[in-house]
Amino acid sequence: MMNAPGPSSLPKARKDSESVIPMPGSPTRLQAFAGWARQPGVLLSLPALVVFLFGFLGPLLLVILYSFMPARSFGLDHLPTLENFVTVFQDSYYLSFAWSVGLALATTVILMLVCWPVAYGLSRIFRRSMILTLLLVLPLFVSENVRLFGWVLTLLNHGILDGTVRTLFGWEIPNLLYNVPVIILGMVYVYLPFTLFPMALGVSMIPESCREAAFDMGATRWQVFREVEIPLAMPGILIGALLTFVLTLGSISEAKILGGQSVIMIAHDIETAFTYAQNWPLGSALSTLLILLTGVLVIGLLSKLNIDKLLSRK
Amino acid sequence: MSDTILELKGVEKYFGEFVAVERINLSVKDGEFFTLVGPSGSGKTTMIRMLVGMDKPSRGDILMSGERVNDVPANRRPTCMVFQSLALFPHKTVGENIEFPLKLRGEARHNRKTRAIELLEQLHLSEAYYSKKISECSGGEKQRVALARALAFDPQILFFDEPLSALDYRLRKTLEKELKDIQRRTGKTFVYITHSLEEAMVMSDRIAIMRKGRIVQVGTPDEIYNSPANGFVAQFMGEVNEFRVSRADPQWLRDLDTEKRYPVPPESSVSEGLLIVRPERMRLLSDSEKADSRFEGVVENQYVLGSRVQYQVRVKDRNLLVEAMIGQPYRVGDSVSLGWDADQSVLIPE
Repeated sequence: MMNAPGPSSLPKARKDSESVIPMPGSPTRLQAFAGWARQPGVLLSLPALVVFLFGFLGPLLLVILYSFMPARSFGLDHLPTLENFVTVFQDSYYLSFAWSVGLALATTVILMLVCWPVAYGLSRIFRRSMILTLLLVLPLFVSENVRLFGWVLTLLNHGILDGTVRTLFGWEIPNLLYNVPVIILGMVYVYLPFTLFPMALGVSMIPESCREAAFDMGATRWQVFREVEIPLAMPGILIGALLTFVLTLGSISEAKILGGQSVIMIAHDIETAFTYAQNWPLGSALSTLLILLTGVLVIGLLSKLNIDKLLSRK
Repeated sequence: MSDTILELKGVEKYFGEFVAVERINLSVKDGEFFTLVGPSGSGKTTMIRMLVGMDKPSRGDILMSGERVNDVPANRRPTCMVFQSLALFPHKTVGENIEFPLKLRGEARHNRKTRAIELLEQLHLSEAYYSKKISECSGGEKQRVALARALAFDPQILFFDEPLSALDYRLRKTLEKELKDIQRRTGKTFVYITHSLEEAMVMSDRIAIMRKGRIVQVGTPDEIYNSPANGFVAQFMGEVNEFRVSRADPQWLRDLDTEKRYPVPPESSVSEGLLIVRPERMRLLSDSEKADSRFEGVVENQYVLGSRVQYQVRVKDRNLLVEAMIGQPYRVGDSVSLGWDADQSVLIPE
């Protein structure tokens, strides 16, 4: 009785096969989907996927949709129009775009130059120096605005710098705030880690023997730099540059806090459109254009770059 | 002498308290294949780094073609090194790698390419390799590219830092012979370092054996093999039979462990030390055969080495090694006689 195999296992097997048979219509496609969904990773990635869809792609889609709504409307139930984009191009918004792109470019270039020696030292001389890394990262724990106000207090007329020099030497320092160089200074200061760390990773990927081999074959310091170090560190350099450029392109605090109102960045315009002007569609149109600009740049550069290779190669 | 291209005079190198190499005196002739052999930690890497110009000696002089080059940095020395890691540039194609030293000199693009293809051909690589990526090359192909790049530099002395050590046995053997062949054809001075005396023997005109930062012996492969300067050199080539002996009289040696007597090898002046008999110089003897020294023993193990077979023979409480052509009738457990003639043994200081 106990181990009579025939009758007891047969119906069970039939039931199993029944449950696998899907609904009429597209049985194979459903089976394929079930198979796909059962792979390891699909279910695990679901929470992240949901957050990504609703928390990241959703708002982005909303912004793009709003950019096609009539000016000063607060709903998506109107007929789509291009009037916001017309406004953007007719008005002087191109100036803000130009300032943003220009300042972002300048900041990125300056940071490339400033960070190379530091990245070099960080990855080759002070290898695994926790203290140095910590010192470089620590400012990130303090709010950007607070740090920028620190600069304001330092550079202000009768501020820390001016006051000290005035008291000690009796010299007067001309106003250092509210101009373009000080905005760039702020950006360079705030975004330094974003250039530095990818670059240090890039520098650490240059095999010492390649450097020595080039030197051995008669390369000067400059030739080693140009022919070996730069190309081999390029993935890190590009990622750092990209990160910095994209972040500075959308930055706002440096121009507002250090620059006063001397320069209006595009992010400032977007903020104004959404707040004071209560013109969400216009702000959305500006945002969409900014996203487009960054997107073209990022995708263009990243397609030339194999990130897997960068992270796996030693 | 005019044909000495490289000379080391009392070269020493310290890293802090640590003495990496000391009292190195050496001269390499123009057009010679010279090999530095030593186990890891013997200072051979330190030596080659000083020779190439990546390290400076702490004391002593390095002369190239008679000129002191101690303070000449690597990029201004007429030498070039093939690295252990090969140090090929992964971001450049095979062709660009080979052309690199020519590009540094500002050679015209067209000339560079002609030369690169010439070198590829010389190293048995087809022209198709010119535009290949380094990552598409196999281990042996990479070796050849690295060598081609070094030859493109056209150095007076070409250094090698164990470039073959990562390859499999067969490929290594092929490349060893190729390297020797290229050296002969180009007539360049090659200075090679390796931990394998076997590899050194195949290629070198002369070999210097290093131990603990010092040079123990310099000589042709023949000299190293047949008259090792001491026990270290003798053992470096592979397993040997050793007997601690002292001279009993002009003709006989006395074994310090067994009191057995062996004839003194010809032309030896040492009075006490090690009597060395290589397994391939030891003979298995039939009952009628005679030898200057004779032992009776039992085969404990046999190892087939390809065309030859090695027997480990137990003689009283010691093991002797003897090698013979494969196809011998002996098995483990058989009683055998073995021995050697005096001129097949070497007496060296301990």
